[in-house]
Amino acid sequence: MILVTVGTQLPFDRLIKAVDQWAALNLQHEVYGQLGENKYIPQHISGSSFLEASAFDAKVAEADLIIAHAGMGSIITAIETMKPIVVMPRLAKHGEHRNDHQMATVNKLAKLSNVHIAENETALPYVIEGALKQQGLVANSDSENRVALLSSVKSFLGSSAENQPITNQRLRA
Amino acid sequence: MSKANKKLKVLAVSSGGGHWIQLLRLRPAFADCSCTFVSVQSDYRHAVAPDRFFSVPEANRETKFTLLIAALQILVIILTVRPDAIISTGAAHGYIAIRLGKLIGAKTMFIDSIANAEKLSMSGELAVNHADVMLTQWPELADQNFIQYRGSVL
Repeated sequence: MILVTVGTQLPFDRLIKAVDQWAALNLQHEVYGQLGENKYIPQHISGSSFLEASAFDAKVAEADLIIAHAGMGSIITAIETMKPIVVMPRLAKHGEHRNDHQMATVNKLAKLSNVHIAENETALPYVIEGALKQQGLVANSDSENRVALLSSVKSFLGSSAENQPITNQRLRA
Repeated sequence: MSKANKKLKVLAVSSGGGHWIQLLRLRPAFADCSCTFVSVQSDYRHAVAPDRFFSVPEANRETKFTLLIAALQILVIILTVRPDAIISTGAAHGYIAIRLGKLIGAKTMFIDSIANAEKLSMSGELAVNHADVMLTQWPELADQNFIQYRGSVL
């Protein structure tokens, strides 16, 4: 099963339409969607406008591939569950978000092994095909970056003696 | 502050979606604390059980009235929980919690979302003036004095 999600906040009809068109040509793949408040009604994607978190997690567990807007929630979920993910950024010029930060973010995340970036709906079918062929994902949920952040938070909370505390002129002792 | 043998009370606050998932990624850091979570979907409580969880309405800067309702609920939660520290991964809900947390003298940390790779988020910009510690998840967004890079959730 392929799971397509637009996240929990804004509709993203451009993505749903592009995935629907791909699904029409690839009927061997079942596609399920968290569709958002969409205007476009897909013909080849079953699903609902919104899934509760637990129902969404169950769909993620079932999925062989996730297709999503380039939201960090979707990307982190894919990393944690070791699923390949195809992301297409929302663009402000289409009224899909307030700004183009999703494009900036995905460009910086391109190095993550399971993240496949489709810049737009034209590229999407090719990127989906490539992602479906991907084998052997590298999970990096315990990266150096994360270990560093966790120890900073701990030291801020004062619950870790071994780390140098974050000092700041505004932090009262 | 709490006595040496008493657990630190932490309030971890975020908006929904990616902000919440980033907050969950910080959970190991709260292991020695008594942690209460606040976010926007009541269903999120399963992810943090048995820790305490409160849901408040989904809102952003474009839904001002709902945001006000959420702010009042966050105030009640803060006055009830009396946290020693407040940590947020954004967005509007986290900024509000940090502002209100100062009223009871909690120390506060705002971690700007990793989604903001080119400049701080709007809520991050606002939080800069109020949080005790302000972190970005991208090294190039750190400045020489206040906004620090200390790793990321990925």
